[in-house]
Amino acid sequence: MNANQDIAPLPQRKLPLALWISSSIVVLCIVIGLLAPYLAPHDPTEFVSDMAFEGPSSSAWLGTDYLGRDLFSRLIDGTRLTLLMALAATMLAHVVGDVLGLLAAARGGVLDTVLCRIVDVSLSLPKIIVGLVVVAALGSSITVIVVVAGLVYSASVFRIARALGRDLVAQDFVQVSRARGEGLGWILFGEILPHVVRPLAADFAIRMSFAILFMSSLSFLGLGVQPPLADWGGLVRENLPGLAGSSLAPLYPAAAIALVSIALNLLVDALGERSEAAVAQK
Amino acid sequence: MIRFLVQRLLLAVLVLWLVSLLVFIGCEILPGDVAQLALGQFATPENVAALRIEMGLGQPAPQRYLNWLLGMLQGDWGQSITTRTPVVTMLAERAANTALLAGITTLIAVPLSIGLGLVMSLGTGGRLDRAGSVVILGLSATPEFLIATLAVLLLAVKLHWFPAVAYLTPGAGAWETAQALFLPVATLVIVVTAQIARMTRAIIGNLLDQPFAEMAMLKGVPRYRIVGQHALIMAVGPLANIVALNVAYLVSGVVVVETIFAYPGLARLMTDAVQARDMPVVQACAMLFSTVYVVLILLADALANAFDPRLSSARAEGKSS
Repeated sequence: MNANQDIAPLPQRKLPLALWISSSIVVLCIVIGLLAPYLAPHDPTEFVSDMAFEGPSSSAWLGTDYLGRDLFSRLIDGTRLTLLMALAATMLAHVVGDVLGLLAAARGGVLDTVLCRIVDVSLSLPKIIVGLVVVAALGSSITVIVVVAGLVYSASVFRIARALGRDLVAQDFVQVSRARGEGLGWILFGEILPHVVRPLAADFAIRMSFAILFMSSLSFLGLGVQPPLADWGGLVRENLPGLAGSSLAPLYPAAAIALVSIALNLLVDALGERSEAAVAQK
Repeated sequence: MIRFLVQRLLLAVLVLWLVSLLVFIGCEILPGDVAQLALGQFATPENVAALRIEMGLGQPAPQRYLNWLLGMLQGDWGQSITTRTPVVTMLAERAANTALLAGITTLIAVPLSIGLGLVMSLGTGGRLDRAGSVVILGLSATPEFLIATLAVLLLAVKLHWFPAVAYLTPGAGAWETAQALFLPVATLVIVVTAQIARMTRAIIGNLLDQPFAEMAMLKGVPRYRIVGQHALIMAVGPLANIVALNVAYLVSGVVVVETIFAYPGLARLMTDAVQARDMPVVQACAMLFSTVYVVLILLADALANAFDPRLSSARAEGKSS
């Protein structure tokens, strides 16, 4: 029996609450992203007022932005863009990372060594600096930053997928499958993958929050999504001058980023799926 | 231990060499002519041709890479395309400013966060621990720019306690400088503290689950001594590792914070250079940031190793088999 009586687990009631809140926020954001064109009261590029940084009114619920456009509509439109970009980047990271990671685990040998070295090198670089250099070289476009984010994070995903895969490769059912003469494709996707889907899905959610932060930061620096389009990071950037006039305009998109990022983290925590490896590699 | 350090050092040098290669190639595949880009649309063909020769663009790429790399090693980092001043002088002042920002942040954040993590471990599962965990989870997932914009709005715009932009005017008194630095430092401290406190809490929590802590508890050792002595000593290695990793994380943290507060640091120099496509400056900044980062990661590894010899012996066995 564990004698640490006073290290009581969190009361059970707390977990469903955190789960409830976090999953509702995530679902709400997805719905807003999906229905963006129908929910936004105005066209995101339409000028609704001659005044920049106006306070909330009946036509512009969150006030106007730095050019007199409806901030609420731009925020909704930005939700769609932000989530789509993050989704695309995370999917790229996971397709590349999972396939190569499981492959390295199953095959071992030279392939494993080479891939691990490449990943070692890429993980020992500051991600944002890699992003800056690539943008300097290729110019900033949505495609560029999504691909950069996807590739940068695929290295971390590779490590996790490989570690998960290695634990399984040694197990009997994989050995049996090998002895049966199954192909590599079946061993990877038919035998190993079903056992690692849950931790990988948890990593997907965490990774998506990192991707949102990464791409928002680039957009915030003016090196990501270019106007008139704006993701959440871009919205913070373009409305930052409003702060001096105590306009709340840059706070809403910044809060949206924080909210989704916290919700994704909380969701994974609440489901008890957070892998230590993912935490260590912000 | 020595063998391990030499191995890691060689790996770090290898990494930095690869980085230099990548940075060079990255800046090489720039679409369009660098010389043309630098002089703008209205440059005469003669001017462009002259600049091309001056920049050595006529030479083959491997030759230029070699020249650039040797120059970097000897402290000749080339000339900025936009300002036409030596990159070294541009970087020196900015790097000192960034080091000041990161240094103060580290000095405040490290004791604060470890202390916080220890206090939370004292009453594991208690009210303080639970509230702290929620706040810290929230903060560690919050982007720097939300904390920074909130701070500016409340403390600079509404209350006028601190300036919203952190200009470092030369010759300003210590008080003005401290005021200018307060908001950027506070933002970074909050972000870093959340990360380290969270990991401290997790590390100590794991240690308290081990038999030695149970034994001490059964012997009637007070809890603060179990946490503060028994567990803390064993946590030194992993904690040093986490601290080094988080100081490395400051590299990306400063990029955003320097931009928000218009702080004249290295990161802002780099983002400006990226926007202007001032490649010699981008290259030099990227190399400098990567070097600091790689060195800190190396330090983190070495510290973890020094306090836990099992790691290096396990690795050595792995290598030999």
